[in-house]
Amino acid sequence: MQPDLFQFLWDQTCRQLRVGVSKPSEVLNPLLFFVMVVTLFPIGLGPNPEQLAILAPGILWVVALLSNLTVSGRLFAADFEDGSLEQLVLAEHPLALTGLSQVIAHWLLSGVTLTLVSPLFALMLNLPAQAIPVLMMSLLLGSFSLSLVGGIGAALTVGIQRGGLLLSVLIIPLYVPVLVFGVSAVSEAAGGGDPARWLALLGAFAAGGVVLAPLAIAAGLRISLDS
Amino acid sequence: MAFDSLQAFWYMAGHGAYVWGAYGVTALMLVMLVWRPIARARHTRQQILAEVRRAQSDQAAVLLEVADAP
Amino acid sequence: MWQIIHKMGSPPWFYRFAERVLRWALPLVLILLVVGAVWGMLFAPPDFRQGNSYRIIFIHVPASVVALAGYYVMAFAGAVSLIWKIKMADTAMRAVAPVGAALTFIGLVTGAVWGKPTWGTWWIWDARITSMLILFFLYVGVMALFEAYENKAAAAKACAVLSLVGTVNIPIIYKSVDWWYSLHQPASISFSGSTAIDTSMLYPLLLMIVAFYGLFACCVMLNMRAELLDTHRGANWLQREILERN
Repeated sequence: MQPDLFQFLWDQTCRQLRVGVSKPSEVLNPLLFFVMVVTLFPIGLGPNPEQLAILAPGILWVVALLSNLTVSGRLFAADFEDGSLEQLVLAEHPLALTGLSQVIAHWLLSGVTLTLVSPLFALMLNLPAQAIPVLMMSLLLGSFSLSLVGGIGAALTVGIQRGGLLLSVLIIPLYVPVLVFGVSAVSEAAGGGDPARWLALLGAFAAGGVVLAPLAIAAGLRISLDS
Repeated sequence: MAFDSLQAFWYMAGHGAYVWGAYGVTALMLVMLVWRPIARARHTRQQILAEVRRAQSDQAAVLLEVADAP
Repeated sequence: MWQIIHKMGSPPWFYRFAERVLRWALPLVLILLVVGAVWGMLFAPPDFRQGNSYRIIFIHVPASVVALAGYYVMAFAGAVSLIWKIKMADTAMRAVAPVGAALTFIGLVTGAVWGKPTWGTWWIWDARITSMLILFFLYVGVMALFEAYENKAAAAKACAVLSLVGTVNIPIIYKSVDWWYSLHQPASISFSGSTAIDTSMLYPLLLMIVAFYGLFACCVMLNMRAELLDTHRGANWLQREILERN
């Protein structure tokens, strides 16, 4: 890759970050969603700490996934509505890189922030303390994969009115491996096992995704703009 | 043959309901799968045929008028 | 290869081809299905562990196998349509989706019905069944995406991209569900392990798999033909073709 492409990726990501930070509610809402849905589980399942400890990895991961899903749909919406997406398609820089920069910015604002607040809720759900670093690591890696996959869905549905539910139908099946790897890592750590292989799988999925997903995102954006 | 009588075949040592149920559902789905596109094709084909016939008779009418003209 | 794809890409050629092939292929496939079903139901011996309930295998396994292969066929058609911009490949891709979804559904229903006498419950989150369910969702996703687009040419392209993404993911999904299952369940009740299957059961099973592949091909062609008739209503070649038949 030429150095100016890296520069382009960096500039784009920073631009997207500035846009994102300027609207704090878009950063906070997914976190609030995460907090509130996690709260529903003890209410729904009963307050028994031992039971919650067993279910905690699954609860935390499923809710993180849903929280990612709620924001992924809007990934390209703003740029699509104000027309800047069309200019990015016509720009000399590869569209795949632009898409990747959007995903990275989105991940930094949603996935990383969620990772940072997750220990608090892990403690509230009685997750064993030794599993918390693994939970954070798995969420950090996994949410990047979720954002990449979500980006594909968002690119394909950006031109469709009320595409939110459709987006869930498209990408929830594709989220499954990430969920399996993430939950397994945390459960393994909570049970005293070695979570390294699951984290490695999460890393491998993210690495594969970062290469392939931008291509699908670029193709999806072109199709959405043509239609 | 694995069964002695028709009843035994039907009853399948207690598993009859499951086995026949599974085969029944599958047969139903497969029949629908095959029949729907056939019906759709037949319908469209008839529509096209009717259209073509109408166009032909219109053409014939025009030709007759031309022939009738002095 | 290129020539075949090119020929297939021509609607008149394909229409004639489908008419000619379906006339004998469809009855043949139906006969194979009936023969396979009667063989499996009536002549194959009962299983020594499961008794007669195992006879569901003769539809469950073929439907599941072909459903999975169908997704790859769909993705291949999608790739052809994206790379060579062949309209016919779009039609093929659209035609596969409902057939694949129906076969996946058959696989799920027969799996559940089989589960009741075998495991004592209609549904078990077994690795295979769970993967099947996810495959069903993938099919549903492609169909929903197609319906959502107003512009059908764009819809086909979007579905092609989605099915390619799904294709990359399917092996990962299957593998991950496998690991997930083995993590939670010691492999004690996996009855579908690698116990050798007797030829008296294997032959009807193979016959049924072949028949289901044939049925899949026929249904896809039937769907494509119906679609062609719809989209080429006004075309001269089609009108001539239909007039000749009558």
